[in-house]
Amino acid sequence: MAQASLDAKPAAQPTRFERAFKDAFIAALVMLGLSVPILALRAEQNMSNEVILIPRPWLVVICCLIVFVGRLLLGLFVFNRAPGAKPLVETPSAVKTAWAKFAPYAAQVGLGAIIAYPLVALYLGGPQGAIKWIDNFGIQILIYIMLGWGLNIVVGLAGLLDLGYVAFYAVGAYSYALIATKVIPATFPDLGVWAFWICLPVAGILAAMWGVILGFPVLRLRGDYLAIVTLAFGEIIRLVLINWVDFSGGYAGISSIPRPSFFGIPFNASESGFAARFGLEFSPIYRTIFLYYVILVLALVTAFVTIRLRRLPVGRAWEALREDEIACRSLGINTVSTKLTAFATGALFGGFAGAFFAARQGFISPESFVFLESAQILAIVVLGGMGSLFGVVIASIALVGGIEILRELDFLKAIFGSDFDPTQYRMLIFGLAMVLMMLWKPRGLISHREPTVFLKERKSISGSLVQEGHG
Amino acid sequence: MTTPLLKVEHLTMRFGGLTAIGDLSFEAHSGQITALIGPNGAGKTTVFNCITGFYKPTEGMITLTQPDGQKLLLERLPGHDINWKGRVARTFQNIRLFGGMTLLENLLVAQHNVLMNASGLSILGIFGARSYKRAEKEAIELAEYWLEKTGLIDRADDAAADLPYGDQRRLEIARAMCTQPLLLCLDEPAAGLNPRESLLLNDLLISICREHKTSILLIEHDMSVVMQISDHVVVLDYGRKIADGPPDAVKNDPKVIAAYLGVEDDEVEKTEAEIATIAAHAKGDAR
Ligand SMILES: Nc1ncnc2c1ncn2[C@@H]1O[C@H](COP(=O)(O)OP(=O)(O)OP(=O)(O)O)[C@@H](O)[C@H]1O
Ligand SMILES: [Mg+2]
Repeated sequence: MAQASLDAKPAAQPTRFERAFKDAFIAALVMLGLSVPILALRAEQNMSNEVILIPRPWLVVICCLIVFVGRLLLGLFVFNRAPGAKPLVETPSAVKTAWAKFAPYAAQVGLGAIIAYPLVALYLGGPQGAIKWIDNFGIQILIYIMLGWGLNIVVGLAGLLDLGYVAFYAVGAYSYALIATKVIPATFPDLGVWAFWICLPVAGILAAMWGVILGFPVLRLRGDYLAIVTLAFGEIIRLVLINWVDFSGGYAGISSIPRPSFFGIPFNASESGFAARFGLEFSPIYRTIFLYYVILVLALVTAFVTIRLRRLPVGRAWEALREDEIACRSLGINTVSTKLTAFATGALFGGFAGAFFAARQGFISPESFVFLESAQILAIVVLGGMGSLFGVVIASIALVGGIEILRELDFLKAIFGSDFDPTQYRMLIFGLAMVLMMLWKPRGLISHREPTVFLKERKSISGSLVQEGHG
Repeated sequence: MTTPLLKVEHLTMRFGGLTAIGDLSFEAHSGQITALIGPNGAGKTTVFNCITGFYKPTEGMITLTQPDGQKLLLERLPGHDINWKGRVARTFQNIRLFGGMTLLENLLVAQHNVLMNASGLSILGIFGARSYKRAEKEAIELAEYWLEKTGLIDRADDAAADLPYGDQRRLEIARAMCTQPLLLCLDEPAAGLNPRESLLLNDLLISICREHKTSILLIEHDMSVVMQISDHVVVLDYGRKIADGPPDAVKNDPKVIAAYLGVEDDEVEKTEAEIATIAAHAKGDAR
């Protein structure tokens, strides 16, 4: 209360509690105003198809109370804190020291855990139970890790805000699906079992090509304009896929896409199938485990290439471009071609991931490539910390795994009654978690930057010095 | 007389109705420090932006003569080629470093094109080719040389944005020098430096000019710096050249003095006393 004693008329100054109370009361009033039209009445049809209105006064009261209490707590403990006070949520020092000890080994330990994961899941869940854990969690997360790493090249390193990354994912997926279902059977049907391995590079290259085609006109734009045009590009690709029915099957998509083979040996129950060849009992789990390792290898290739590229002139030029484009130009760097390589490299990995996605699903349709997908990949990159590979891993696990875990919220029914559908609140909880995360770590989980080269000593650079790029 | 390194002829730059540079012609000779001076808003930075390809001049010709006698028309080259093919490097009035990168990284980015070729457009580099490693080692040695020379070697592994202001200015010069230019354009390198730093900077510039065969085109407000180190001075006012010659001749030119004091010609006499003191001051500095 140092401030009050400095004031000329301390008595006239409302206390903190009074202020918070008043503020909370106003917020609750606003909530009341909002909730009356939205929540107070529920329209339903009765037996004779007439609309009846069911009043729900308690819901309104509860909502207003939640807002009131929440705002009061915020007013008392969060707002109006002295300037320069410690951050609201601070990493406890014990956690920090433990992390410092663990950090050098984090990559190895993480990699080991990821490699062992399907086997552990198989051991714990049995062939039936493990499929869900390996497929829904493992493969799903790895796809997003790979996409995150691909987009990280564009957004995190080169600082180009690309909101249409999913377009390259779609190009990869449709390239594989179309070549494997139409082109190969019509030309070299014998190659059918090898379809995935042949199409994977083709899909990547096609996606990279689209990256360049898009990049040429677009990369003269900066910042918001670039973001909007890439967003539009993502939508255009999707709309073309929907409307060009002869080519892509429209909404119906493409089905019975060949699944990857074990280097020529298909995963089926036949004599020459994988299980029979290796003297195992047939089970779909083998394919799932194989797919898991395929995407793992693809993701690791992405990481390897990214790490290598960062230490090459092109990678340094990407980062320099993010820091200051004008200075780059004055040093003789061709900014257009440098941006194009970033775009194409990112698109290449998006294309690989897309081909893998099509092969894993066996069915694709434009529904899988909506804007929300781009937004989620971008959220992974931003949450992970721009430019950090390790951050992308953690963010993917948290975001994708988190969403999947939230599917398992059935126990909440016990609390809120059987009408309560927890899956509907998934996104809400998820959004809340994101907001809290960004309060705690506004520059992403791993915000510091590791220099690519050093003379005497490698010092990581604080995130606050690193630019985020502006197009 | 030998052919000038840089020849600017009838350069005009208009922004809408504003003529920032009007019919400007001057020359910069190799092995010399040429200073470009003038009051605020005279168009000095605009001249730099035209020479280094950031603006396309409305009219005029900028010719750069390479050591082998080849002549390049800078206004026709795409922006990034002016540094790579034309070998003109520059610094900026408001420093533009790669703040989130270390000093060493800043100097390696400056050697982008050399390294890019050595890395086989990244393809050899990805597989860790020996030839690229050698090229990178040489690049690091060059970077070390310039860090040593600018007194920044102890901070090589720190982020550029962490440096104090004066060091940032020197780093920008080091970065420009890592592109091994024929002509180095410095936009107010001494702005914001304390007198000691300013003296060190003079030595650095003289050594760049004498030892590295890099000619310098210098924009400077600090008259003492200009008078001490420049071989040739070009004075701009409202986008036009009002004087051109050796520093001693220029500083006594009444038009220059008037332009700097911002007075009309007929008012010159009224402020004669002031002018006299300033001239005396400049003379003192020149010694
Ligand atoms: N991009 C631009 N668009 C419009 N006007 C411009 C532009 N760049 C410069 N100008 C104008 O041209 C004139 C010359 O500016 P310039 O920056 O070249 O001056 P200067 O001599 O470098 O001044 P200072 O000593 O303050 O750096 C100014 O009137 C400025 O407003
Ligand atoms: Mg200027």
